[in-house]
Amino acid sequence: MMSEIILEMKAISKSFPGVKALDKVDFRLRKGEIHALMGENGAGKSTLIKVITGVYEKDSGQIDLDGRSIHFRSPQEAQKSGIGTVYQEITLCPNLTVAENMFTGRSRSPFVQWKKMNEKAARLLDSLGIPAVPTQELTSCSLAVQQMIAIARAVDMDCKILILDEPTSSLDDDEVKKLFELMAQLKERGVGIIFITHFLEQVYEICDRITVLRNGKLIGEYETSSLPQIELISKMMGKELDDVTKIKKQDSTASDKSVPVFESSNLSSDAGVRPFDFTIKKGEVNGFAGLLGSGRSESARAIFAADKVTGGEVKMNGKAIKIKTPLDAMKNGIGYLPEDRKGDGIIADLSVRDNIILALQVLKGFFKPFSPLQAETFANEFIKKLNIKTPTPDTPIKSLSGGNQQKVILARWLLTHPEYLILDEPTRGIDIGTKVEIQKLVLELAEKGMSLTFISSEIEEMLRTCSRMIIMKDREIVGELSGSDLSESDVMNVIARGGN
Amino acid sequence: MLKMKSNLSHLFLPLSVMALLIIINLIKGADYFTISLVNGALYGNIPNILFGASELVILSIGMTLVTAASQGQDISIGVSATITSAVFVWFVLHAGEVTLLTIVAGFLLSCVAGLATGAFNGILVSIFKVQPMVASLILFTGGRSIAFMIDGKLSPILANDISNKIGTVIPGVPIQTPIILTVIFIAIVAIVLKTTNLRLYVESVGINRNAARLNGINPKKIIFLTFLIMGVCTAVAGFIAVNKAGRHDSVNLLKLIMMDAILAVAIGGNSLIGGKFSVTGSIIGAYTIEMLNRTLLRLEIEPAMIKVFKAVFIIILMIIASPVVRAYAKKTLDGIGNRSFSLSPLRVSGAESAVEKED
Amino acid sequence: MKKILCVLAVLLAFGPFVLSASGQEESGLIKVGIVNLPPEESGYRQANVEAMNSVFSEANGYDAKQTNTGENSEQIAAAKGYIRDGVDYLLISAANASGWDDTLKSAKDAGIKVILFDRAIDTATSNYQAALLSDMAYEGNTAVEWVLGLDLDEINLILIRGQMGSAAEIGRSAAVLKAEKDGKLNIVADGTGGDSWSLEEARKVVEAAIAAGKDFNVIYAENDGMAQGAVQALEAAGISHGKNGKVKVIGFDFNRFALRNVQAGYWDADMQCNPRQAAEISRWIQSGNIPSGIVYQEELLFTTDTITDADIENWGINADPGKGVVTR
Repeated sequence: MMSEIILEMKAISKSFPGVKALDKVDFRLRKGEIHALMGENGAGKSTLIKVITGVYEKDSGQIDLDGRSIHFRSPQEAQKSGIGTVYQEITLCPNLTVAENMFTGRSRSPFVQWKKMNEKAARLLDSLGIPAVPTQELTSCSLAVQQMIAIARAVDMDCKILILDEPTSSLDDDEVKKLFELMAQLKERGVGIIFITHFLEQVYEICDRITVLRNGKLIGEYETSSLPQIELISKMMGKELDDVTKIKKQDSTASDKSVPVFESSNLSSDAGVRPFDFTIKKGEVNGFAGLLGSGRSESARAIFAADKVTGGEVKMNGKAIKIKTPLDAMKNGIGYLPEDRKGDGIIADLSVRDNIILALQVLKGFFKPFSPLQAETFANEFIKKLNIKTPTPDTPIKSLSGGNQQKVILARWLLTHPEYLILDEPTRGIDIGTKVEIQKLVLELAEKGMSLTFISSEIEEMLRTCSRMIIMKDREIVGELSGSDLSESDVMNVIARGGN
Repeated sequence: MLKMKSNLSHLFLPLSVMALLIIINLIKGADYFTISLVNGALYGNIPNILFGASELVILSIGMTLVTAASQGQDISIGVSATITSAVFVWFVLHAGEVTLLTIVAGFLLSCVAGLATGAFNGILVSIFKVQPMVASLILFTGGRSIAFMIDGKLSPILANDISNKIGTVIPGVPIQTPIILTVIFIAIVAIVLKTTNLRLYVESVGINRNAARLNGINPKKIIFLTFLIMGVCTAVAGFIAVNKAGRHDSVNLLKLIMMDAILAVAIGGNSLIGGKFSVTGSIIGAYTIEMLNRTLLRLEIEPAMIKVFKAVFIIILMIIASPVVRAYAKKTLDGIGNRSFSLSPLRVSGAESAVEKED
Repeated sequence: MKKILCVLAVLLAFGPFVLSASGQEESGLIKVGIVNLPPEESGYRQANVEAMNSVFSEANGYDAKQTNTGENSEQIAAAKGYIRDGVDYLLISAANASGWDDTLKSAKDAGIKVILFDRAIDTATSNYQAALLSDMAYEGNTAVEWVLGLDLDEINLILIRGQMGSAAEIGRSAAVLKAEKDGKLNIVADGTGGDSWSLEEARKVVEAAIAAGKDFNVIYAENDGMAQGAVQALEAAGISHGKNGKVKVIGFDFNRFALRNVQAGYWDADMQCNPRQAAEISRWIQSGNIPSGIVYQEELLFTTDTITDADIENWGINADPGKGVVTR
């Protein structure tokens, strides 16, 4: 049976200053299918979605909805044509009722017909099997139900296409199951669903087809049943399976018998990472590898107590220590460059100087501020050493480019002379030149005896720097690769198989 | 030099407002700055402003820190000062003969009370994450009743020689005591800012709480600390106010002063949603408000209209301070700078950086 | 379970109330319900509440219940409770002048005599028996009379008003404004202590007048705190005041500190605003002869020459600093 195509996108291109976000991408969605849109960060998934929904205007290309060429100028227009979107963060109003959430902002009339609205909501909820009462406050519903209500809001009014952007990331297994039941129902009704997720298992559980994007380009459209996980991963990462690039790894210290610099057992945090064991030796560079959402960042955060530690023991140089706060970690010689530079790294309005000295200053203590001269000296030293491009040390860090901001944060931690430094996505969103500089710096630091954990979504980069890789999948360590057997295909294999 | 320039540019708003008021006052009468000696103490408009603004200046300093760290405002400061001063009066009246020692002991006790009110608000804000305004609303609503109970349901009288000297002048000293106390307080604050990392910590927490935490700062502790400091500020302000008044009026003491304190912080060029702060700006802002109040009186605006005039002036002020106007001013200034000042590059760069720092 | 707890809580809250209401039938006491503002509202109110407590006591033959709240709705609820209890008299000082019609009518229907005190209510006079109020206009007139009788060549007065638009401000200011209109005095400065009748604001008003070089010889401050602030400004500027001084000072409200200042000749006069309606109302009840409609209290003005210790003791409100102690 040939299913009917409802959405056809042809040769869509979209550029932002300096970036080609979409490069002649084709995409097709059929009636009554669940279609996964896959790709790593920056692949162009969200740009594509935003082009469909009218948030962005495409530069070129053609979009046909039900065989008719369309051109949306706003999300409202898209919605009216039957394209509903539900984002990862629930964008409903928690203090309104379920029915209000489903229908507010929909009607042009300034008056609300409460009774009618509640009846309509009840019908819709009932038909979709959503366990909620129209008049109950949204906050009293579970996250999954809230997510479903968001979907109900989106599919109301003759929905043809439903876009779900990471709807499952904050749901537990049971909730995901309920959500999938709802999706299956909508599929039955002939709704075409575009599903974006980082959980590979979920893709294989529910999706009919998969479209893979990478670096703004279409890699291909596949039937889920004919695309093994390993191949999907390889396509997402852009490495052919047999292209086994042997990386000249650093002198592996992982096998010697010295006491690890840092050691954890059964460490877990409230961010959802499963208890894990981990060690790192002096002068070693290792990394947490895995797809986004695999728990690689959460593990690093657990080590630094950036999230609340919920269990496990840690040792520093063989001695048991307690790390309950980031300050404890810092005092024990651990540094952490966070993944979210803007949200967790820079203090935007403060000067480059203050941003550089911050961590060391905190270690020194509240009552012992550095003299202005000392602070200036530190700042100048690292501005020079890391080649940070800033007009003056007094310039607010927010006016620097991303790469230079990252160097400032790096300088901040190098100034504390940590024994063990965790770098989570230190090169994301920065130019190639700086990327290479940072990679080199990591190897240099390791040579001088520092232990580093290097986390990146670019496996290649990790292969270049890490002598050991801890592979993560679905918030769990599933394997470990070290020594000369480090290759991209091995990493992908471990991820796909869920163990080595 | 660079530091000086950036400081001055931060103070551009409060200083220009103050300059505007001075001009208005000078137009009204050229004798505005005249200072004479009355009974051995300096007397004139300026000493009056310095005297009258004492409590506001002190409270504005605390408000600045609270705002910077917690991204909200404490509206219970007047009430807190009423409680602390009630404790002070209670102690002095129950300690027997009034000596300098009992006054100092009473003051220290009132500081403890201030720490308690500060801790109350601070715990709500830092640990229970209640919005500062909502948290302080509790004390704002109920606090005066507490002071009333401490007062023994009456307005106790503090008519003693030492209190009188604290509230007015000490014979032989040409400056009124509240002014001296305010200067001492400002000096202490300056020393604290100089010898600790209070500024770095508070600003870090106010700008990016997450990042501050990941650099070993405990945001909860810092927010709590600012409320404790606020508590001490209310104790000092309450001490000055009650000694000025010579009696404790739990109903009206420093009523509504939080409005002026918040305004002082805003006029001082500080963002009311936290982050970088300028204590100097707030202090100038506080004196500016005092000057504004007196300017309206000097212009003999009729009592029924005085609030309206104040409101209009403040609206104008806020428009001047708004990002929209500032961005426009920057653009125009840049334009002028590029064209007409091109012969004097030094001035151009000065003007540009001054405007730049403003936004 | 929750429901049972709720019922229990309600029982606990109202139980004693119900019991006491039923237990005191046939006791021969006159049952009075008093709805008042809370004592912490002001020194005036504190004295007012205190007088209510001491006058309407069991010793004086009353079974009185008192509710003190600044919320009109709570006041109305309390009044309704008293009506249900079947009190003989209902005494009300309302937080808000409106919203009382139904309550007053149901009291009337129940045969309860309602006596308003201190604060009037916007309603037909038939809805209550009597209202014992302070006549702000009388206070103003008496004070201005005193000013006019000061034997000054020319009266140049600084008027310091209270909260603009309040009954007390309107009444007390009116007399001064009328005297100025009649050419009997000059107002050289007209200011206000603002919504909190603020000492500091009053001080600023006088300081501004001094700075502007105004020549004045009377300060008419509409409460004691503002009079105090005004005198502080005089002191700082080295201007004499009080007995034998250049500037004559009058305040309002009869705070004991103010009366002591008058007695010491630091100020010149103080005008009463009597919070002790209780005694008069009790007299009405005991005599069985209750007037109807609005009745104004008699209020006094004391000067340095007329004031006595007994007056301060009897009529003053708030703490007494003691004889000879001046509150500057």
